[in-house]
Amino acid sequence: MTGRWSWFNITSVVVGFTFLYLPIVLLVIFSFNESRLVTVWAGFSTKWYGELFQNQGILDAAWVTIRVALISASVATVLGTLAAVALVRFPRFNGRTVFTGMVYAPLVMPEVITGLSLLLLFVAINFARGFWTVTLAHITFSLCFVAVVVQSRLVSFDKSLEEAAQDLGCPPFQAFMKVTLPVIFPAVISGWMLAFTLSLDDLVIASFTSGPGATTLPMKIYSQVRLGVTPEINAVCTILIAIVTSGVLIATILNKRRNMQHKHN
Amino acid sequence: MPSLGSIRRSFAPWDDPAAKPYISFKNVTKRFGDFVAVDNLSLDVYEREFFSLLGPSGCGKTTLLRMLAGFEEPTEGEIFLDGQSLKGVPPHKRPVNMMFQSYALFPHMSVADNIAFGLKQDGMEKGARDERVAQMLKLVKLEEFAKRKPDQLSGGQRQRVALARAVAKRPKLLLLDEPLGALDKKLREETQFELMDLQQQLGLTFMIVTHDQEEAMTMSDRIAVMDKGIIAQIGTPAEIYEAPNSRYVADFIGSGNILEGNVASSDDAHVTIKGGDGEIVGALRGSKAPANGEAAWFAIRPEKMQVSRSKPENVDNALEGEVWDIAYLGDMTIINLKLDSGNVVQASMINRSRLVEDPIGYDERIWLSFSADSGLVLER
Repeated sequence: MTGRWSWFNITSVVVGFTFLYLPIVLLVIFSFNESRLVTVWAGFSTKWYGELFQNQGILDAAWVTIRVALISASVATVLGTLAAVALVRFPRFNGRTVFTGMVYAPLVMPEVITGLSLLLLFVAINFARGFWTVTLAHITFSLCFVAVVVQSRLVSFDKSLEEAAQDLGCPPFQAFMKVTLPVIFPAVISGWMLAFTLSLDDLVIASFTSGPGATTLPMKIYSQVRLGVTPEINAVCTILIAIVTSGVLIATILNKRRNMQHKHN
Repeated sequence: MPSLGSIRRSFAPWDDPAAKPYISFKNVTKRFGDFVAVDNLSLDVYEREFFSLLGPSGCGKTTLLRMLAGFEEPTEGEIFLDGQSLKGVPPHKRPVNMMFQSYALFPHMSVADNIAFGLKQDGMEKGARDERVAQMLKLVKLEEFAKRKPDQLSGGQRQRVALARAVAKRPKLLLLDEPLGALDKKLREETQFELMDLQQQLGLTFMIVTHDQEEAMTMSDRIAVMDKGIIAQIGTPAEIYEAPNSRYVADFIGSGNILEGNVASSDDAHVTIKGGDGEIVGALRGSKAPANGEAAWFAIRPEKMQVSRSKPENVDNALEGEVWDIAYLGDMTIINLKLDSGNVVQASMINRSRLVEDPIGYDERIWLSFSADSGLVLER
């Protein structure tokens, strides 16, 4: 860290963080509000959390969301890792630039467009919309995030490790499973975390691709908010924030540790 | 007839026409796109030989090694190992092991697991495997480090683990890519002798890639000096050093002085050339002397010249000049002499005694003398 903590620095940090986190802090605080009125503080209570667990609609939505996130993150991790390996390992295959661009395009594509195009596809092939369409859509857009994370690790991976494994008697695929994968595993895990979190958060794409009986939690929250914000919603949001924050934190820590190990080497 | 160099060698299968080569490169060419890494190269290496590929970076030496290990396929030509063609044989099926320049130790495995990796892959049962691993750890003196991870070892220790892992499967041929490149000078010198002992002890054939000529000279039975995908010269260290076949080899190995001129006269053992530094007579390399008037180069090593203050008598060659630079290295002193032609010649003196009467200093005019057999006349 160079430079000192001047008043200017401190003020900008405080203002910046207030701007970013005040709404969230308010939401968390009001989730513990006694009163039904969202904006009037009437004392501390956890009753909305209790009531939340009685609300079957929200529980169902949460269960759908978690299943979608688990499946889509896992599939996206496998596919994203494979894409990253292909991108790093075979630097001169035909159409590499196009392939790279195609893998990364969803990163910058507006979600509305991704959602709409997927919807059109599902309608065109007459795929009944519901749980699986949401899952497929989430695999599609989180795959590229996994690929980016894994690729950045693979770039610094010493290819002679894999050659050494082959030299000692491993066929290429075994060499990958026994040496490469264990070494890049922290990156794969943080890729999975990222995909899981993204899927948990997503509203736009899910709204486009979901069907009856497959309402995700963000969709549920959004539809309830239109009828008026209740402290119950604040409670759900607080739990979501906790899950997402811990996911991001774990991914960051894994990344840090892996980088430190790397530096150490 | 005196021989080249100061070592008597009894192991010389390359001079025996009946000996069968163990590794044979037959007209091997390797291209990467437009770049020719190895150019129509043929080479024989014999069993139990310690063979070095020496050259500057980009000369194709590592490519040659990687083709033998199976990581690259020759574009043209074929490689034979013990009489069998290696064409299309993938790396994991070749009876060859390699020690990588980066060591390539598996960071997620302990030292013992690293060494056991290849044995496990071969399906060796646990008891025999553990025994072999213990034996290898003993061989490289790392018994106490079996449970450590590679990142908890020093550079020298990692190098030993890499070596133990590569020889654990008892390959008949071990390939070493710059095996000592990452070690500091002192450790490197110690390890050179350890490698030689190991090679003797296990009776292996070693093929080593290096850009360090001292390393190659110390360890090898024979050296191939490479230049831009071809072999410039193959020979024992003494042949390469004392009888280089070209200016490239003379210049690449050790320090050398090269003076240019044209052939003035010759007989069956010596050639006289005449250039900016007057007439110089040197030994003829090979059997046929170049024609009078042809361009030729006289090459001589710094230690083959005598330094004197007065004009030497009864010598084949003498050069006079001004001391341009002088450096004291401890075991010897190096003098750069600027001749009247402007050429700078390097001479070295072994410091046999600690006390020197009236030593030589800067800006003095001194003489260098040498016999006709100390230097060579080269045609290219």
